[in-house]
Amino acid sequence: MQRIIEFLVGLLFGLGLLLSGMADPAKVLGFLDLFGSWDPSLAFVMAGAIAVGVFAFALAKRRTTSFFGDAMHLPKATQIDRRLVLGSLVFGAGWGLAGFCPGPALVSMASGEFKAAIFVAAMVVGMLMHGWAERLLARPAAAAR
Amino acid sequence: MNIDWAHFTPWASLAGGILIGLAAAAFILMNGRVLGISGILGGLLPPRAGDAGWRIAFLLGVFSAPLLYGWLAPDGLLRAPRIDAGTGLLVAAGLLVGLGTRYGSGCTSGHGVCGLSRLSPRSLVATLCFMGAGFAVVYAVRHLL
Repeated sequence: MQRIIEFLVGLLFGLGLLLSGMADPAKVLGFLDLFGSWDPSLAFVMAGAIAVGVFAFALAKRRTTSFFGDAMHLPKATQIDRRLVLGSLVFGAGWGLAGFCPGPALVSMASGEFKAAIFVAAMVVGMLMHGWAERLLARPAAAAR
Repeated sequence: MNIDWAHFTPWASLAGGILIGLAAAAFILMNGRVLGISGILGGLLPPRAGDAGWRIAFLLGVFSAPLLYGWLAPDGLLRAPRIDAGTGLLVAAGLLVGLGTRYGSGCTSGHGVCGLSRLSPRSLVATLCFMGAGFAVVYAVRHLL
C-alpha cells in the first residue's frame, strides 16, 4: 500500500513538473535570464506549489505521525552554515549552466532525451563524489578521537 | 526589465505548481517524508537495507510521468524539452548540481518547495543562494561572455 502511494506521489510530482514547464531547460533559463527577455512563468510554479504546501506542512508540524502512522521525518537542522550556503551556490551555478535541476532532469531523461541522461549521469557522479569526500574528510577526525 | 510575453505561461505553470504542491502535501501527510528529489536520489547512493523501497517506488512514479502526460495532455501543452547545452556543459552542470545539492542538503523541491512551505529560515537562505547563483550565471553567460 505504502509503495503504491509513493509511486503515485512520484507520478503526480512528475506530471506537475511537465505541465509547469520546469522540465523544459530553455524555459528555466528564460526565467533565470532576469536581465534579458524574462519569462516569469516559473515564479507561478513556486507560488502554486507553496500555496498548497504551506497548509500541508502547518498540519504536518502539529502531528507526530503521518495519516498511516509512520514517523514524521521533518528536517531537524536549523543551522545556517557554510555547507548550506556554499552547496546551494554551487547547485545554482550548475542549474544556470544547463537549466536542469534534479527532478526535471529525471523526468526529461524518462521522456527519452539523451542529453538529459548525460546530465543525470554526471549528477549521480557528483552526488557520489560528495559521498566519497565526506568519508575521506571524516576519517582523520574519527581516527583522532 | 523586458517580459518575454511570447513564452509566458502563467496558468499552466500555476496549475503545474499546484500539482507539485499536492504531491509534496501527500508525501508529508501520508508518508511522513519531505519531497526532496536530491535527497531521495542521493539516499540510494549507495542504497541501504530497509531505506531503499520507498525511494525506488517514488522514482519509478517520476519516471512514468512522461508516458502518462503524453496521453493526458492536450496538444498545446505537449512540449519536448529544449536542451541547448552541449555535452561538455551538461557534464559540468550535472557535476555541480550533484555535488551542490548534496553538500547544501537540498534542491528546488526540498528547499524551494517544501522548505519554504514549512517556513524554514535555512531553506529560505538556500533558495536565495541557488536562485541568486542561477541568475548570476545566466547573466554572465548571456550578457557578459
